Amino acid sequence: MLFDPSADDRLDRAFMALADPVRRRIIARLSRGPATVNELAEPFEITKQAVSKHIQVLEHAGLVTRTRDAQRRPVHLDAAQLEALTAWIDRYRLIHEQQYRTLDALLTGRGTDAAASDTDAPQGGAAQEATEP
Amino acid sequence: MTNPVTINAPEGLPFIEIIREFDAPVEAVFRAHAEPELVTQWLGPNGYEMDLERWDFTTQGGYRYVHRGPDGEEYWFNGTFHTVRENEFAVQTFEFEGFPDVVAIESMTFEDLGDGRTRLRGWSTYPSVEARDGMVASGMEGGLREGYERLDGVLAA
Repeated sequence: MLFDPSADDRLDRAFMALADPVRRRIIARLSRGPATVNELAEPFEITKQAVSKHIQVLEHAGLVTRTRDAQRRPVHLDAAQLEALTAWIDRYRLIHEQQYRTLDALLTGRGTDAAASDTDAPQGGAAQEATEP
Repeated sequence: MTNPVTINAPEGLPFIEIIREFDAPVEAVFRAHAEPELVTQWLGPNGYEMDLERWDFTTQGGYRYVHRGPDGEEYWFNGTFHTVRENEFAVQTFEFEGFPDVVAIESMTFEDLGDGRTRLRGWSTYPSVEARDGMVASGMEGGLREGYERLDGVLAA
């Protein structure tokens, strides 16, 4: 999965699409929810046509999609594509956050059978502390 | 009310530091690392079954375990515990068997913050930057899906 060449092409297109600051701001806006071209054009001092061009580039890179919602045709972020770009460090963080939340639950007795450790469980830990080789 | 995870992975250095606080006494956090039946309940990615072939969290002890994914794929890890001091400190080696002979050295400190709180600080040193990035990424492959699901939530917020 990591070395799929067609995935590489998609990554290349996505990175090129994101090399532009206007397109990055469009992505940032879309991460908060879908928006129309008019809404996306608002914060920029460029024409609606230019914004449409940027959206086409993002669309071609697979980062956004447009749905037919009457005439509005809102633009949606394709989160799955963007995720493919996140560096291993973000994944490392996500996995550890999840893992430590599980440990939290275990420590506070909200975990499954760990609750038993609160109540001086007789089969438990103290015996095996020092001696076992 | 989840405590944040702090990660330092300096560019160009084969090193990762990870810091997390727990609302639990240092003895409990240490036990969760020391006792095999507790370790299997939290170590590793969500949705993966963990089987310990060996878990001897003592000085000159060692471990070998497998994370088994939903489709049956297996990720084996092993290492030795060089030094373990109760409720205080441990240093171990870490090898992902998918990348044999690339061995990291990992230290962790269990710091009593008082009021039943603990700071866990881990740092890992790899043979090279490539080893750090490659090994960590591979070792985490199994956890990507969960990570992505969480990222979905982040992006949707």
